[in-house]
Amino acid sequence: MEVKQGVQVEHAAEHDAHDHEHHDTFWTKYVFSQDHKMISKQFLITAIIMAYMAMAMSMIFRLQLAWPGEAFPFLEKIIPNFAPDGILDPSAYLAFVTLHGTIMVFFVLTGGLSGTFSNLLIPLQVGARDMASGFLNMLSYWFFFASCTVMTISIYVEGGAASGGWTIYPPLSALPQAIPGSGMGMTLWLVSMALFIISALLGGINYVCTIINLRTKGMTLTRLPLTIWAFLITATLGILSFPVLLSAALLLIFDRSFGTSFYLSDIFIAGEPLAHSGGSPILFQHLFWFLGHPEVYIVLLPALGLASEVISVNARKPIFGYKAMVVSMLVIAFLSFIVWGHHMFITGMNPFLGSVFVFTTLLVAIPSAVKTFNYIATLWRANIQFTPQMLFGIGLVSFFISGGLTGIILGDSALDINLHDNYFVVAHFHIVMGASAIFGMFAGVYHWFPRMFGRMMNKKLGYAHFWLTVIAVYGVFFPMHFLGLAGVPRRYYANTAYKEFDALININELVTVMAMLGGIAQLIFLFNFVYSIFRGKASPQNPWKSNTLEWTAPVKHLHGNWPGRIPVIHRWPYDYSKPGAKDDYIPQTVPFTETPESNLPADEREAKFNEEIANARSDV
Amino acid sequence: MNFILILTIGLSVFVMWRLMNIVQLTSRLSGENEEEEQNRDNKVNGILLMAFMVIGLLLVVYMTVRYSEFMLPKAATEHGEETDLLLWWNFGVIGIVFFITQIALFYFGYKYRFNKSRRAFFYHENHKLEIWWTVIPTIVLAALIVTGLNSWNKMTQSDHDDGMKIQVYSYQFAFIARYAGPDNVLGKSSYLLISDTNPLGIDYDDPAAADDIMTRGNEMRLPVGIPIDMDCNSRDVIHSVYFPHLRTQMNAVPGMTTNFYFKPTITTAEMREIEQDENFDYVLLCNKVCGVAHYTMNMKLVIDEPDDFRTWLKEQKPVMDGVETAENSEEESEPDEQMAAM
Repeated sequence: MEVKQGVQVEHAAEHDAHDHEHHDTFWTKYVFSQDHKMISKQFLITAIIMAYMAMAMSMIFRLQLAWPGEAFPFLEKIIPNFAPDGILDPSAYLAFVTLHGTIMVFFVLTGGLSGTFSNLLIPLQVGARDMASGFLNMLSYWFFFASCTVMTISIYVEGGAASGGWTIYPPLSALPQAIPGSGMGMTLWLVSMALFIISALLGGINYVCTIINLRTKGMTLTRLPLTIWAFLITATLGILSFPVLLSAALLLIFDRSFGTSFYLSDIFIAGEPLAHSGGSPILFQHLFWFLGHPEVYIVLLPALGLASEVISVNARKPIFGYKAMVVSMLVIAFLSFIVWGHHMFITGMNPFLGSVFVFTTLLVAIPSAVKTFNYIATLWRANIQFTPQMLFGIGLVSFFISGGLTGIILGDSALDINLHDNYFVVAHFHIVMGASAIFGMFAGVYHWFPRMFGRMMNKKLGYAHFWLTVIAVYGVFFPMHFLGLAGVPRRYYANTAYKEFDALININELVTVMAMLGGIAQLIFLFNFVYSIFRGKASPQNPWKSNTLEWTAPVKHLHGNWPGRIPVIHRWPYDYSKPGAKDDYIPQTVPFTETPESNLPADEREAKFNEEIANARSDV
Repeated sequence: MNFILILTIGLSVFVMWRLMNIVQLTSRLSGENEEEEQNRDNKVNGILLMAFMVIGLLLVVYMTVRYSEFMLPKAATEHGEETDLLLWWNFGVIGIVFFITQIALFYFGYKYRFNKSRRAFFYHENHKLEIWWTVIPTIVLAALIVTGLNSWNKMTQSDHDDGMKIQVYSYQFAFIARYAGPDNVLGKSSYLLISDTNPLGIDYDDPAAADDIMTRGNEMRLPVGIPIDMDCNSRDVIHSVYFPHLRTQMNAVPGMTTNFYFKPTITTAEMREIEQDENFDYVLLCNKVCGVAHYTMNMKLVIDEPDDFRTWLKEQKPVMDGVETAENSEEESEPDEQMAAM
């Protein structure tokens, strides 16, 4: 790696010296690009397209839930196959619910969030020319793209898309006789997911390698911005857990297509007993949730990392408890592997095993509480600039609290019995992992948009987007708790079967109206995003007066990121509002010798360390 | 219809155009005095955060009161009463944390909004404070874990021998309840024996099956005050046997038997009085997506006084009703062949 980096340095320096562009054709620059900055844009734009698709699906099925059986003639116009006569078909409803979940969890909040920001920020914040392997990075995007394409196509095949919920529990997902979506649609779902896992692994291995090997001089682990810590931990979680999902999916493919019985046994369906014998549907759930629970943190940790950075920059104050933040994330990551059973309390698992999972699950609340308190303490006596990204950061913390607290209830097996699989769960996970993570993503987009596109997003539209969205999110998901406590099951096409639920219809109407409001707010974002790419105000070098390394690279993207040598790091990334300093920020590249007025006694050790590495590795 | 579509598209274009104007206008403005503009934005957003918090928290309280009649309908089982109490304790604890943290978050946001003449407090660690706010949540959680597990253990590890044995059998898209009869033992069954006349696949040769009784309509009954030892089975996909009022739920998984033990405490008649609703009925819902008609899969549950229950049970037909012995052997030969084929 050392050698390679050296070569890259020369390479980039040479470019700079001759002041000529890389010989990029359209294809190598925009399509099969190996540049991490372009790949991050590709991930972001693909994820945004998928997100609007999944959001549109959710709005359509929300119409059905608020006004069951009522005809909406415009649906017949836009989706005639799924809503004949303007009424959403029950099987299309289930397909939409399934795809909404799959797309949002995997394509938007895993691929979109990690793919975009790990790609953009890892090389720029650790001070590397590019990812460890640009080629694998390119493959990672194209597998992701293929995966998105296959999933989108699956909507239109015979029998419709997969419809068993995003958790695709067999036997429902294994037997086309059980539900039409388990035919071709399910096959494509599994193919798409296999492609996605390949993409996630290629990406993840690359992220970890880059962070471990390609940090610039002086970038010690304790000087990494929290974003990078979050990406490192997230990528590690993905590498350890995604293969398990792949094996679960492979065994399901065998059961579906080759007559094996990993998950199937004792089944009588469509008037005949099946030959499958000896399998267990519960095995699938164990394998699925062994990924599925870490997946929650794969979604959430990058968002928390982005929020840590955004909050600290805009609060003009160092993040409180840097080390505690890192340790909390590590503890959360470790615990995430031993809590999966809380998704399965009522599958008939041994009650003692259930109690072990209760114990480990509720432990997650401790590092989560520490993180929350740290965010709040960061705001205390800060000097807050309310940029749109700061508002989204605060929104994230608010959702993290609201959704996290209800997790304490669901993690308690005795209480889970009544709330399992009903709207309380829907409310919980949408707030804590859906809304939190998407708010982290929004914060990241507003904050790093200038870094990605060289232009600023419009602030006023950002404010409108934030306020409408935060109202909509709470408006949609807070009332759902009441539906859950009343016992309304999730994934019901209509709640007409039990008349006691009739009284709750106005809650459903409120939820749907709020969802529409949220949809409108996202149009503002979309407009702002697209408009700003082409017509936004040109970005200054360091628009948010931030300390991290990415803002030292030229605004105009350069192959290799920095002309000449990669900057050397002298301090941690959170020297905001340091007493005595001239400005309220001191970038990581400023040596202690230049800031005698603000150096603290503790900085002496750091300064000495800088000297040591400067002498020891002056050859690099 | 087309007219409306055209109108919608037209309006969207108009809105986009207006938005574009606003954007251009504001970017021109910001060029004049960016700092002043940011100060105004800080003030406006700070105040909005405060307003959002106050109105939001008031709405939380208002909605909780407004919808309290729907929340947690009265629990009709022994363990249900206990878990409801536990749930309210949990809500109390998380409610306090919720209010404190949300108020602090939004208030700090409002109070410490940017002021050029001020510097943020360079303050990034305080080990004592950090230890406190790690230890206190740990103690609170320990209390919640202990109380929660206490209920869970009581519910799951009590002696099941005294319960009345029943089976709730699920298939796309209905339930059948089977009562074990006087011997309190359910007759053996196999999916290979399932037929039109034998939907549960009961082995008629098993003597224990002789006194089993099964429901033949969409209604099941349970006696009040008698513990129920419920087995759940499914013949096709995973279903979930969910009695919301009984706070009872257990997945029905093909290929295995799951079990739940509970004791109903309130009859349908009593519940009608409590709810002040003459038409109130308990319900059994399927709560695991099981196919296109999942949302229609349910069964009426009636909880009776034990005497009334016994009278009703006597009126129900045994599982073997109407089955002739000759027919049995014919039916059995078929599955045997299938078994051999496997």
